[in-house]
Amino acid sequence: MALNRREFLKSAAAASAASAAGIAVPSSLSAAATDAQKDWRWDKAACRFCGTGCGIMLATKGGRIVAVKGDPAAPVNRGLNCIKGYFNAKIMYGADRLKTPLLRMNDKGEFDKHGKFRPVSWKRAFDEMEKYAKKALKASGPEGVAVFASGQYTVMEGYAAQKMMKAGFRSNAIDPNARHCMASAVVGFYQTFGIDEPSGCYDDIEITDTIVTWGSNMAEMHPILWSRVTDRKLSNPDKVKVVNIQTYTHRTCDLGDFNIIFSPSTDLALWNYIAHEIVYNHPEAIDWDFVKENIVFTAGPLNIGYGMRRAGEKSITPVRADGSAGKYSAKEMEIINKEMSKKISAKEAPALAPYGIKEGDVMKNTAGTLKHWKISFEEYKKSLEPFTLDYVAKIAKGDPNESIDSFKKKLKMLADLYIEKGRKVVSFWTMGMNQHTRGTWVNTLSYNVHFLLNKQALPGNGAFSLTGQPSACGTAREVGTFCHRLPADMMVKNPKHRAHAEKIWGIPAGTLNPVGNQHIMKIHRDIEDGVVKFAWVNVCNAYQDSASASHWIKAAREMDNFIVTSDGYPGISAMVSDLVLPSAMIYEKWGAYGNAERRTQHWRQQVLPVGHAMSDTWQWVEFSKRFTVKDLWGPYTLRNKKKLADVRKDAKKLGYNDNTTMYEILFANKKGKSYKINMNKFPQKGYDNSECNGDSRNVKGENGKVFKGYGFMIHEYLFEEYASFGRGHGHDLAPFEVYHKVRGLKWPVVDGKETQWRFNVKYDPYAAKAAKKAGSKSTHAFYGPLAKKILQGNLKGPDKKLGKYALPNKAKIFARPYMDPPEMPDANYDTWLCTGRVLEHWHSGTMTMRVPELFRAVPEALCYMHPGDAKAKGLKRGELAWVESRRGKVKARIETRGRNRPPQGLVFVPWFDEKVFINKVCLDATCPMSKQTDYKKCAVKITKA
Amino acid sequence: MANSDNNRRKFMATTLQSVGLTALGGLLWSGYSDEAKASPLVLRPPGALAEKDFLDACIKCGMCAEACVNRESNVDKETGKQRPGTLQMAKGGDHRLIGTPFFTPRDVPCYMCDDIPCVPVCPSGALDMPSLLNEKKELDINKATMGLAVVHKESCIAFWGLQCDACYRACPLLDEAISLQYQKNERTGKHAFLLPVVHSDVCTGCGLCEKACVTEKPAIFVLPREHSMGKAGSHYVKGWDIKDQQRVGNRKAEEIETKTKRSEKAPVDYLNKEIEY
Repeated sequence: MALNRREFLKSAAAASAASAAGIAVPSSLSAAATDAQKDWRWDKAACRFCGTGCGIMLATKGGRIVAVKGDPAAPVNRGLNCIKGYFNAKIMYGADRLKTPLLRMNDKGEFDKHGKFRPVSWKRAFDEMEKYAKKALKASGPEGVAVFASGQYTVMEGYAAQKMMKAGFRSNAIDPNARHCMASAVVGFYQTFGIDEPSGCYDDIEITDTIVTWGSNMAEMHPILWSRVTDRKLSNPDKVKVVNIQTYTHRTCDLGDFNIIFSPSTDLALWNYIAHEIVYNHPEAIDWDFVKENIVFTAGPLNIGYGMRRAGEKSITPVRADGSAGKYSAKEMEIINKEMSKKISAKEAPALAPYGIKEGDVMKNTAGTLKHWKISFEEYKKSLEPFTLDYVAKIAKGDPNESIDSFKKKLKMLADLYIEKGRKVVSFWTMGMNQHTRGTWVNTLSYNVHFLLNKQALPGNGAFSLTGQPSACGTAREVGTFCHRLPADMMVKNPKHRAHAEKIWGIPAGTLNPVGNQHIMKIHRDIEDGVVKFAWVNVCNAYQDSASASHWIKAAREMDNFIVTSDGYPGISAMVSDLVLPSAMIYEKWGAYGNAERRTQHWRQQVLPVGHAMSDTWQWVEFSKRFTVKDLWGPYTLRNKKKLADVRKDAKKLGYNDNTTMYEILFANKKGKSYKINMNKFPQKGYDNSECNGDSRNVKGENGKVFKGYGFMIHEYLFEEYASFGRGHGHDLAPFEVYHKVRGLKWPVVDGKETQWRFNVKYDPYAAKAAKKAGSKSTHAFYGPLAKKILQGNLKGPDKKLGKYALPNKAKIFARPYMDPPEMPDANYDTWLCTGRVLEHWHSGTMTMRVPELFRAVPEALCYMHPGDAKAKGLKRGELAWVESRRGKVKARIETRGRNRPPQGLVFVPWFDEKVFINKVCLDATCPMSKQTDYKKCAVKITKA
Repeated sequence: MANSDNNRRKFMATTLQSVGLTALGGLLWSGYSDEAKASPLVLRPPGALAEKDFLDACIKCGMCAEACVNRESNVDKETGKQRPGTLQMAKGGDHRLIGTPFFTPRDVPCYMCDDIPCVPVCPSGALDMPSLLNEKKELDINKATMGLAVVHKESCIAFWGLQCDACYRACPLLDEAISLQYQKNERTGKHAFLLPVVHSDVCTGCGLCEKACVTEKPAIFVLPREHSMGKAGSHYVKGWDIKDQQRVGNRKAEEIETKTKRSEKAPVDYLNKEIEY
C-alpha cells in the first residue's frame, strides 16, 4: 500500500527479471509485484495465425493488450506458442494502423479514381459504397457485386458477409482466400467422403507410428504440431518413422528418417506407385472386408484443363496473328492456350495408356467438372498398371544429383511403411498437394492408399489435410463463404438447400441465386472483363495473394469499377483500392475461429479498436442499412440467361415492404433481437462490445450519428443462427456460451461431447446412427451426403445404360493418373519456381512485418537456389537477381545456404514480402475442379540484376 | 625482413595514433584514453590475427570496410543504393580502438560473402588471407573465426518450449554451426523442445543468429572466441572419440608436473617439520 509509483514499477521489473533468471523472489517483494499487475485482466483467446489453433491468454490493461501467454489449459499447445504466437500482443499496435476511412479524392472533395487518399467519415464511405454497388448491380446484376472473403474472418464476420451477399444482393460472387489454400482438400473431401473436413484429429500424432508429410513444411508452417511430431519421434525413435516427401529440402526434412525429393507434380505418380505396390505386389495387404463394405471405385474425365481463362472470354479476345490475345501477351498465351488443348508428352503418356491415350495425341480440354462414375476394381487395377517402380522413379526423381537406385530404394521403403501390417500411418499435407493443377486428384489419391489398407478414420491412422489459415475450416468452409456454398456443406445449386437457407434466413422462396461460379480467380477475371464493377476486400490481401497479379491490379486501377479494402494495415490491396476502411483487429472484437481438427474456439472483445476502426461484422451490418427490398429483390437475368425471379411481392407476404432494409430483415429481425444484452451475466459481464453497445470512442456510423450499438447480442445471434444449419446434420456445434467456458470443442458436438474420429462407428455418433439405420455391422459409415448416386462405366467413360448406382455410407477410391502441369521448364524458362511461407511471417506480412523483432529476423524474401545453379548462372550469394516468367519479373537476393535447399533446377521464393512481389511471376492456373491456384510450380529464368 | 615489416607497421600505428591525438585535442583526452585501451569484446573481420597481433598489424587504412560496403551484393533492392556495410572503422565514442575495423552483428552482421572481399585488400596482413584458404587453396569463408555465438538459456524462448529457432534458420551453416537438440517437454507431455546448440568448431561468428534473434536483447550473441570458449585440460582424452587426441596436442614430458600449496614443499622439508601432539 505504501509503495509509491516509482517503487511499484521497480518491484514489478525486478520480479519479472528475477523469474526469468529463475531466482527466487523474497515473498514480500513477490506480493508487491502481484499488486503492480493486479489490474491486468487475463482472458482466453485463439492465436491469430495459422490453422493449428493454439490457445492463448491475453492480459489487458488501460485498454491495451499488454502481454500474452500460451494457454496451459489448451489441448493443442498446452501453454506453448511458436514465434508468431509469441508476438500476438504486438500485432495490433503497428504505428501505421488504419484509423479512419480513406477515399481517393480530387481537390474538390469528390471521389476520383486518380485522386489521392484522404480521410472521410464512415457515412461518406458508405455513401460511396452504396452508390457504386448500386451502379454495379444496374450494369451487371448480382454478378457485378463481389467480395474477396477470407479464411481469417471470424465466424460471425463470415456469416454476416455471406448472408448479406447471398440473401441481400443475391450474389454468389463471394469467395475467400481459403480458395487459394484449401479448395483442393475440400473437393477431395467432398468427392471421397461426401462431406468436408478431416476424419481424424491431432491426437493421431500421439497414437501413430508413422508420420509422412507430403508437400508440407510442417516445421515452419505448423510449428506446434511439429513439436508434437518431434515428441512422438523421441518417445520411440526406433519404431516411429518420419518421412518427408517434398520438391526441395527444408526444415521439416531435419527429422526425417528419410526424405524424398520429387519433381513437381509427380506426387500423383508417387501415390499411384504405393497403390500399385499394394494391389499388384502385396494384394494380401488389402483389407477386403473393409473395402467391400465401405468403398466403391470410381473414375472421372481427364481432359479438364488447368483452370485458366477459356477461349472466347473477353480479355483474351481478339486473338492476333502474333499469338497475343486481348490483354494477354503472346508469351502468356503460349500457356493459356493449353487450357483449350494440349499435346500429350512422353512423360505423361505411359500413365494415360490405360485410358487409351498415347504420346503425341492432342487432348481437347473442356472446362473442369466434378463428374465421376463407378468403375470395377479391375478397371481401377488397370489404371495403376503403369505405375511401376521403374516408370515412377524415372519421372519423379526431383534431385538430378541423386542416383536412381537411391531414389528407388526410398520409394520402396515408403511403400513398405504404408503396407506394413499393424503399422499406424498418418499422412499430413498442406499446400504442396492443394496448390496443384491436379490438386483434387492428388488429394483423393491419398485416401486410396489409406482405404485399401483400412488405415483411415482410425486412431493414429489416416490421411489428414492440415489447414493453412486460422479459420479456413471454421469460417470459410463451415460457414460457407464460397461462391458455391451455404452453411454446413449445403450448396447454392441444390434447390432443397436453397429452400432450407431461405427459410432460416426469413427471405422469400426463390431469392437465392442458384449459379455459384464466381470463385476468387473468376472474380479477378470478371473485373478484368468488366463484369464485376464493385469489389470489397475483407480480411485478406487479394491483390498481393493472387497469381498473375499485374493483370488484376491493372484492371482495378484502370477500369470503370470501385474497389474497397477493409484492413487493419495498409497493404497492396488497400493501395490498389478506391476506398480503404479501417477494420478492428482480432482481439478488438468478439470472435470465433475453427482450426484444422474441427475445433471451434471463441473469445471476447478484449480492448476497444484503435482510432475509428470497426469490425467487419459492423461494416457489413451498417452497409445492409443502405439497401431495401426494392433495391435488391427485383428480377434479374444472369449471364447464362438464367432468370432470378422478382421476389418483392413474396417479401410482402413475409411482412416486409418495398422500403424494409436488409438490416431489418437479415440482422435486426425478431430472432436477432431475442438475443439480449446482459452486462451483468457471463460471458458479457465486464467485456466491451462495440457492435452491441457502442463505446466510449463515439464512432459515428453510417448515418453520421454517434453509433450507440445494435441493442441486441448480435455475435451470439449470428453464431447461433449459423449453428442451426448444422445441428442434426453432422456439424453440431455447442451453444455460444459453452465455448466461452471451454478450450474449444471438436465438432460434431453431440450430447455435449466432441468427436475425435469421424465416420468411425466407435467414436462418431453419426456413424453409429447411420450404421444402425442401415443394419450394417461395419466399423465405419461414410455418411456424407454429397454425390451418393452416380453413373457407372469404365476408365474411358460412363455408360448411361447401366443406370445410376446408389452408395449410401460408402466412400470412394478414384482412378486418377499422373499428368503434366501446363507450364514446365524449357529452354527459355529453365527453372521451376515454387513459392510459400516462412515461419516468421504470416501471409502477405501485413501484421508480422510490423512486429520489429519479426521484421528484423526476416526483413526480406530471398530467392533460395542450389549453389550449383547459382554458379552456372554467374550469380553470387547475396546478389540481386531477376526472377522472370512469361508474366513478369521481380528482383530478389540469391541465397544458396540456409533453411531451404532446392535441388538443381528449382528455386523457392516466399510471398510475404510486397517488395518481392512474386505473384506477378506466378501463373494463375488452378486445379480445374477445386479452382485453387497452383503457386507451387511455374517456369522462370534467373538472371543477374 | 619480417621484422622490419613489423617495425614499420608499429611505426605507422603509433604515428596514426598520435595524429588521432593531435586532431582530437586535449578535451577528449580522457575518452580517447579509454578507447586506446579498447573493449576486449570487439569483433574483427574474417581472417583477423589474434587481437594483440591484429592491433599491432592493422594500419587503420579502412580498405577492408571499403571493400565490404562497396561489394556488389550490398545494394538495397528497391533504391539500388548502397546499404550500410558490415565493417565499421572505430570512431571516437565507439569504445573501440579508433581507426580499427569491427562489426556489431545486431546492427549489421557479416553475410559471409563467398569471395570475402574484405580480406584480399588488406595491405598489412592484419587480415590473414592464408588462414582462410581451404585445401584447394580457395578462399573459404567457412574457415573464418570472427567469434563464437553463445546462447543465454534463460532468455532464449526455445528453452521455454516455444517453437522459435529463428537463429537456427538464419544460420548460413545451418545444422553445422547451429543444430537443434530435440528434447521431450515433460510439462506438456506431448511437445518437444527444439533447442539451438552452437558448435564452436564450425561457428564463424558471423552474427546472423544474433541479428535474427527475436528476444528484446538477443539471447544468442557473438563474443570473440577467446572470451566465449573454455578449455579442457590436455591430460585427459575422450575414450569415446578417436579424434580427441588431436585436441590435447603433443605434451612435453619435462613440463608435466603438478604443484599445489600442499605439494610445494620438498618431501624432506615436509617430513622434518614434526607433528604437533
